[in-house]
Amino acid sequence: MSKAAYTDHLGRPLVAVTGMGVVSSLGQGVTDNWSALTSGKSGIHPITRFPSEGLSTRICGTVDFIDIPAPNAVERSFAFARETTIEALAQAGITGEFGGPLFLAAPPIEPEWSARFELGDRVKPEQMTGNAYEQFLAVLRDKADPAFHEAVLFGSISERLADLFGTRGLPVTLSTACASGATAIQLGVEAIRQGRTERALSVATDGSVSAEALIRFSLLSALSTNNDPPEKASRPFTKDRDGFVIAEGSATLVLESLEAAISRGAKVLGIISGCGEKADDFHRTRSSPGGAPAIATISAALADAGLSADEIGYVNAHGTSTPENDKMEYLALSTVFGDRMADIPVSSNKSMIGHTLTAAGAIEAVFSLLTISNGTLPPTINYDNPDPAIPLDVVPNVKRDAAVTHVLSNSFGFGGQNACLVMSADPA
Amino acid sequence: MTNTRHQVVVTGIGLVTSLGVGREAHRDQLMAGTAPARVTDSESFAPYTVHPLPEIDWSAQIPRRGDQRQMENWQRLGVYAAGLALDDAGLKGDLDACASMDMIVSAGGGERDIDVDTLIVEESRKRNDREQLLIEKLTTELRPTLFLAQLSNLLAGNISIVHKVTGSSRTLMGEEGAGISAVETGFARIAAGQSTHCLVGGAFVSERVDMLMVMEAIQGLGKDASAPFWSADGNASGMNLGTAGAFLVLESLEHAQARGAHIYARLDAVLGDRGSRETDRLEQRLTRLADDTGASGGGEDTVVFSGASGYPELSARERAFLQSRFPEAPRRTVGALFGHSLEAHFPTAVALACLALDDDAPVSPFAPGEDAVTSAAANTAIVTSIGHVRGEGIARLTRMS
Repeated sequence: MSKAAYTDHLGRPLVAVTGMGVVSSLGQGVTDNWSALTSGKSGIHPITRFPSEGLSTRICGTVDFIDIPAPNAVERSFAFARETTIEALAQAGITGEFGGPLFLAAPPIEPEWSARFELGDRVKPEQMTGNAYEQFLAVLRDKADPAFHEAVLFGSISERLADLFGTRGLPVTLSTACASGATAIQLGVEAIRQGRTERALSVATDGSVSAEALIRFSLLSALSTNNDPPEKASRPFTKDRDGFVIAEGSATLVLESLEAAISRGAKVLGIISGCGEKADDFHRTRSSPGGAPAIATISAALADAGLSADEIGYVNAHGTSTPENDKMEYLALSTVFGDRMADIPVSSNKSMIGHTLTAAGAIEAVFSLLTISNGTLPPTINYDNPDPAIPLDVVPNVKRDAAVTHVLSNSFGFGGQNACLVMSADPA
Repeated sequence: MTNTRHQVVVTGIGLVTSLGVGREAHRDQLMAGTAPARVTDSESFAPYTVHPLPEIDWSAQIPRRGDQRQMENWQRLGVYAAGLALDDAGLKGDLDACASMDMIVSAGGGERDIDVDTLIVEESRKRNDREQLLIEKLTTELRPTLFLAQLSNLLAGNISIVHKVTGSSRTLMGEEGAGISAVETGFARIAAGQSTHCLVGGAFVSERVDMLMVMEAIQGLGKDASAPFWSADGNASGMNLGTAGAFLVLESLEHAQARGAHIYARLDAVLGDRGSRETDRLEQRLTRLADDTGASGGGEDTVVFSGASGYPELSARERAFLQSRFPEAPRRTVGALFGHSLEAHFPTAVALACLALDDDAPVSPFAPGEDAVTSAAANTAIVTSIGHVRGEGIARLTRMS
């Protein structure tokens, strides 16, 4: 292969994906997830992690089948990320030290309530003055609790991953809310394009579902209350969609310069050909009414990939099933793709796995790459009552065979976060 | 793109610390020849000492009351400091420049509702059904908007809303390392031509009992209000948390020159790393970071801005390393004067280095009696940060004027 075949339209190194791992409420591993996803199976179930009686939302897409040493968000998020990274590195055929940087999308960390209760139990009667934290401070002055300290640090997940897999340098832990997974991939792509490294590990994990997390989203009216049956709750692009289903999961992608991948004989699973981002200054939780930032983000991703809108064959939608997102996403897509919109299939993985928050962008990137390599479009399930204001081909309810070369994957989040990726078939 | 290297310069500084609000307030105190007095509060959170928020009129950078109400002090401080940096760079209100400006924020989490948490903990002592109690209280007592004030990425989100910075928005987390990575990522993108101008920084509020709890979980906080930062045996006396909002506008040299911007300093290199701190592994790593950032030797006109946290033995190791690596260079102990500000610590130290490199006067000692007095204005600055648990970083900057 000539040198030119390893670079993109701007002369930058092409970035290949050589390993992938995924965990979601549908199961562990790429094979099981893809099989469930293309069968139109839902991973949404009643909440069992904490009592949900009295809550307006009593369903979720938590991952409860991976062993953790202590029930907290750090342990859970780390365990998911460890499993998906082991899978991805095995597929990439990389053993020993990884030797490239780590970009980790992880949920913001706060102490678990169980930890607060436990600290509260350690307060001696004479220490019961002042607010709860003043009491906790008295307890901690008596006896340090390094395990608690480590369980509430934002840097503790990437620390363990870095040690376990031998990544290089200071790992980057990031949050761009529900776009985090896409941003983790974007940072990896940028590092390779900068020439700083030939490979990068992009990981996005979220094991942060707790009573407080659910209640917070609930108070913002973001969650579906279609509790019965749980698997029908997430219904993107339908008229009766009423919110997202909170969920968990993780994905890891091994990114390499195409040249480095080919020269070591790695199998190329696909190319991350473009990344786009643009922040929204309209509101903390709502998007600009005209969708301009989302439109700019999609356009930026296409431009970065050197592709015209006509070359995109399928869109892996953000498709959260909230009234707001799906409407805005349709507006943005139809603006960019114009008359062709009716002919471009658009499906939402979240109809089956729910909204995996921090992990979503990376999990959906893995599914996008599988869509290309398998020639199968995963469906949007629960599409029983189409929203006439959103006339999209959502691949309703049943998977479809289709050859796709370029996929657009959207991620939008609170705080004006927008990130889009374009993924392409191996050029070889 | 990989072959295109751009020089990266600092053209805007937004700084709020216990010493005051804005670049001038800091310059007036730091370039006056004698170490400024520390501003601390040892009473509100006794036995702990914090470096508090100075008197500040939020409206000066956050004009809409509605925006102020959507935030707590951590986000307000960051948005305020970001506004100062944009003002300072002459880019505030320049809608085109802000719409294409990248943004990287180093963040922790926002304030919790201490009253609600206390209510639940108190109640839990009387009841056995704690999980049910939790749901009862959280569903009725939590303010819906508080979630947004707590979300890490909403500091950046509020900067977009208030200052219209929308080129991109990325929030990095992970205590001190987040501050290092933010500057490192912004630098790398501009150097490679992936970005032309970028707002980088973070904020930290020390007057938070929930944050004191985190740091006291390893008994890391200083508890003697009268103790100097460095004790007689060369160790530090424990961390005193410091409130800081620090943002920088980074630009490629071409971009800055094309618009005639004032250049405070050139950022030559910044790198971070982490790993075991057993035996001399930390020192080996610092040596490699110093080598790779070109931070070596240096005479009296090289000033080392040490980000030592105050965590006793760890800070002693940093100090010993700096003494052996930069024996002639005066050190400025950032934590002694400003307290330790976690995610904001490294951006704060880089901002202070830029002030020194832009001034004809030498920068005063931060830790009186320990930081060497110098008669030379700084021509080179080395900035270090060693996270209280993990993460290390070094930056090197050079005078431009």
